[in-house]
Amino acid sequence: MSIDLKTIKHISKLSRISVDEKKAEKLAGDLNSIFDFIEKLNELKTDNVEPLTSVAETTLKLRSDKVKSKNLRDQVIKNSPKENEDYFVVPKVIE
Amino acid sequence: MSDITKQALSELVENIKSKKLSSSEVTKAFVERSEKSKELNVYITEDYTNALNKAKKFDEKPNLDLKLPGIPMAVKDLFCTKDLRTTAGSKILNNFVPTYESTVTQNIWNEGAILMGKLNCDEFAMGSSNETSFFGNVQNPIDKNLVPGGSSGGSSSAVAAQLTPITIGTDTGGSIRQPASFTGTVGLKPTYGSCSRYGIVAFASSLDQAGPMAQNVKDCALLQEVISTYDEKDSTSIDFKRNEYSKELTKDIKGKKIGIPKEYRVDGMPKEIEDLWKKGIEYAKDCGAEIIDISLPHTNYALPTYYIVAPAEASSNLARYDGVKYGFRAEGENLIDMYEKTRSEGFGAEVQRRIMIGTYVLSSGYYDAYYLKAQKVRKLIKNDFDDAYKKVDAILTPSTPSSAFKIGEKTNDPVSMYLNDIFTVPVNLAGLPGISIPAGHDAKGYPLGLQIIGKAFDEQNILNIAYAMEEKINFKNNITDWWIK
Repeated sequence: MSIDLKTIKHISKLSRISVDEKKAEKLAGDLNSIFDFIEKLNELKTDNVEPLTSVAETTLKLRSDKVKSKNLRDQVIKNSPKENEDYFVVPKVIE
Repeated sequence: MSDITKQALSELVENIKSKKLSSSEVTKAFVERSEKSKELNVYITEDYTNALNKAKKFDEKPNLDLKLPGIPMAVKDLFCTKDLRTTAGSKILNNFVPTYESTVTQNIWNEGAILMGKLNCDEFAMGSSNETSFFGNVQNPIDKNLVPGGSSGGSSSAVAAQLTPITIGTDTGGSIRQPASFTGTVGLKPTYGSCSRYGIVAFASSLDQAGPMAQNVKDCALLQEVISTYDEKDSTSIDFKRNEYSKELTKDIKGKKIGIPKEYRVDGMPKEIEDLWKKGIEYAKDCGAEIIDISLPHTNYALPTYYIVAPAEASSNLARYDGVKYGFRAEGENLIDMYEKTRSEGFGAEVQRRIMIGTYVLSSGYYDAYYLKAQKVRKLIKNDFDDAYKKVDAILTPSTPSSAFKIGEKTNDPVSMYLNDIFTVPVNLAGLPGISIPAGHDAKGYPLGLQIIGKAFDEQNILNIAYAMEEKINFKNNITDWWIK
């Protein structure tokens, strides 16, 4: 199988990672060698095998939905990349 | 006492408890040695002043009943530490200051330990050599220009160089055991669900586990006892009876059945590794263990499975880094452009590669062929171990297929880098505990490790086997302090 540049551009769009031509070519080479290696799995017949979704064989526990940390707004906002007081700021979305 | 930093954890604890040493003396010694060791590049963020203040405070009113009384330690920079920058080795988290503490580190501070700083690691723990870190590669104290392993490379280097008496790392495919093996130290990857993942920057949620790294097995057992707790903040944390691992540690492993899986004799494995393994079998026999040949038939499929499952989970986990609420942001013409530029400039090459692989295998039309297939093979790999454990109590293998390699040697070939984890990855896929102990040197004098894999929740057993074998092996690390200025 071969991953072409068109596919790389499609995945990069889905991944929200911009790539230029040069990077796309490098990625195509890398991904092709990695997928060659992954293709080994096709040697195995797995039709009747149950997929393993979690190794932790427990059912998820319920807990009460209580607020445990309070008044973190200032600390949380402080981490935002754009300086402001009360909100997260992003480029204009609605015209 | 000039040789404070040479003391292992248990010695330091004893000396603090008997008041031969104060926390301030110990902390000062490790801080001074760390300051002289900048060339190793193990620290991403130093917190020495706070550490010294905390040590002073501890000494004013020492609580000597704690398990880690006034012991200074640095931790991998994948653990969120409240009010101290946590980067995960990435540019995208360069300025991130958590508002909360990871459960594992909180458990450590609750037992009296003191944070000295945050240790370098591969970006988002994706790497086997610490070369993907935004903050530069780490030197292995064994030799200049040698990688310390990864992703917990700052951690392994710091313990081997005695800049911290113990530390914690995380292990998704070998990130504790492989660096431990490369630096002549001990590293334990606990059973999945043993240590809480709350507050650990997520890489692959069904595989990630935190674990202890130390100079010897006993210290490792003590730290494991501190960090392993049930935690309702992690929905996959498992509520089982945890031992006081260090107290119940014994060298009596007579009659324990240890399996030797023939599939781990991989093509092209250096003779040194084969010889080390044979020696390990003899050590185990000397300790009274019974050796049994076993088969783990799907071993060869573990790495390809891992390179679907781990990137798939990573691509989902790393979707949160969008430049909006925290972390690095690149300016863009519109919102989408901002996302795309932020992620393109904020993530390094290996992380981008894995996000792309993960996105591809989860994308419409490919999910069944890759992700579902990998989950099925993962089941077969787990079944192999389940079958083996009907016959044996533990499994002995080499930790890595080679000793530490040179910086830059494998960076251009992702697949050859991935092959480093061939012996460690199956353990994560099956959710089992595994420990790497130093067991010898290769011709260049570089350390080599052996791995003991246990049944789920059977950390005590593999710690005991490691403890017994450690005495027979009597490993000495050749460290010359070449980097000290």
